Amino acid sequence: MTMEVTDIVWVIVKAAMVAIALLSFSNLAVLAERKVSSWIQGRVGPNRTTLPLLGAIPILGTGLTRMGLFQPVADGLKLLLKEDPVPDHVNKFYFFLAPVASMIPAITIVVVLPFGQIIADGVASPLVLADLDIGILFIFAVSSLGVYGMILAGWASNSKYPFLGGIRSSAQMISYELSMGLSILPVFMWANAPGAETGLNLFSLVQHQQLVWGVIFMPFSALLFLISIFAETNRLPFDMPESESELVAGFNTEYGSFKFGLFFAAEYAHIIVGSGVFTVLFLGGWHPLPVYSSAISLPEGSVGTLLSIGIFLVKTFLVVFFFMWIRWTLPRFRYDQIMKLGWTMMLPLALVNLVLYAIILALMTPVTH
Amino acid sequence: MVDFLFYLFALITVLGAGAVVLSRNPVNAAMLLIVSFMGTASLFVTLGAYFLAAVQVAVYAGAVIVLFLFIIMLLNVDAAEQFRPDYVTFAGGLIAAALMILGTLKLFERGENFTLLTLQELDPVGVSTQSFGMELFTTYMLPFQVAGILLLIAMLGVVFISKRDKETRKDAA
Repeated sequence: MTMEVTDIVWVIVKAAMVAIALLSFSNLAVLAERKVSSWIQGRVGPNRTTLPLLGAIPILGTGLTRMGLFQPVADGLKLLLKEDPVPDHVNKFYFFLAPVASMIPAITIVVVLPFGQIIADGVASPLVLADLDIGILFIFAVSSLGVYGMILAGWASNSKYPFLGGIRSSAQMISYELSMGLSILPVFMWANAPGAETGLNLFSLVQHQQLVWGVIFMPFSALLFLISIFAETNRLPFDMPESESELVAGFNTEYGSFKFGLFFAAEYAHIIVGSGVFTVLFLGGWHPLPVYSSAISLPEGSVGTLLSIGIFLVKTFLVVFFFMWIRWTLPRFRYDQIMKLGWTMMLPLALVNLVLYAIILALMTPVTH
Repeated sequence: MVDFLFYLFALITVLGAGAVVLSRNPVNAAMLLIVSFMGTASLFVTLGAYFLAAVQVAVYAGAVIVLFLFIIMLLNVDAAEQFRPDYVTFAGGLIAAALMILGTLKLFERGENFTLLTLQELDPVGVSTQSFGMELFTTYMLPFQVAGILLLIAMLGVVFISKRDKETRKDAA
């Protein structure tokens, strides 16, 4: 328990760096969403917003403007500078608490998410803020708190549409948490088979996938988990809490300006973190190939570390792209269809999946007496 | 450091729990209950029981309180605000408090040394989640199964009651 002051400062600096990276990515994800949606709909997307000096640089400035890279700045400034209305009929305390509460889980989960590896003297160690033994349990514990942002926003707004949005979100998240938890049990059974005891640690799980990625060995678990994250992050086709065709804007109807911006950023932060968790659980983290090959392995030293971070980020962003792709391709479910899907399809399928893999893993394990 | 953290988290737990009882607004009470649960989870962490801490947050803060809020919000909150405790509730509370105090006194009477021992110090082998699971599914298998059956009974009760209500409504119509 003896911690030097410099150690504490260093921990805080590292945590701040990871948090800033996550928030920047979620900002860029907003731009990516606008670009992806415009490509899917045959449009160009944001390509006019420019900054006074940077945009005037001959080729670079124009290129950045056409790519829409200044758009997040404009969006952020707009949200900051707009009037921040607080309706008279709201419960002020929870009205202000809700946007913050929706942001906290995303930033907290990143703490245990390993995003790269450092190889020194042939021993790999994780690049992560806190290498917990119970990594995945921590993620489930914290992510289950994500519902409070929405439920509190809906209740504190004290008007009908936000209220319906909040109630829907709480029911939906409880329903899909079950199948989410059940769907990844086989992964940890696999990782904890005799001879490979990784516990619930995420880094060991990634190292375990060096031989073969989780998604190849158990694609069905991966599919169930992916659908569950869609439901947990309230993305289309599961965006019941804010289905704009029935509920105006759902739980954030009464919100404007920066408080709305916080909800918006939190949604994208959750998508990125969810994609990161999916990458760690099923896409082999920073392992470049789905199946092990001795020819391609990450080198030691800083090059290898940077490569591992790069591979991890590329996979995560591909999953984020998948989220957007689905959003602009599929129509929204009806609310009763979502509940029916969750309880009568996802949950039984997750149970079957669990039992099936328990049998498969038992057959694979050599008998030792 | 650990001592200071223990008193901090214990204070959060107790104050949170007290505020739950005293608050008139049910939503405030539910949110304060989360604060209290978080305090308990933090206490588990200081004891080295990470698994219990995570489960405490996931189950109580993440699921049970969400259901509480769900029900509070679906009910008429104004009606709930006018709730005044009657004599039976009052007497029940008194008995519970008396039992608590008695139990605590009994603990102190045993002459146990109340220095803080982390789980690692108490039982160096039994800390990991794996050994926790091992014990649960071997030594404590029977209590575990009994708890499961208890939950099943509660679930069947809910199904039975909600079904019966539907049937009587159908009869009335």
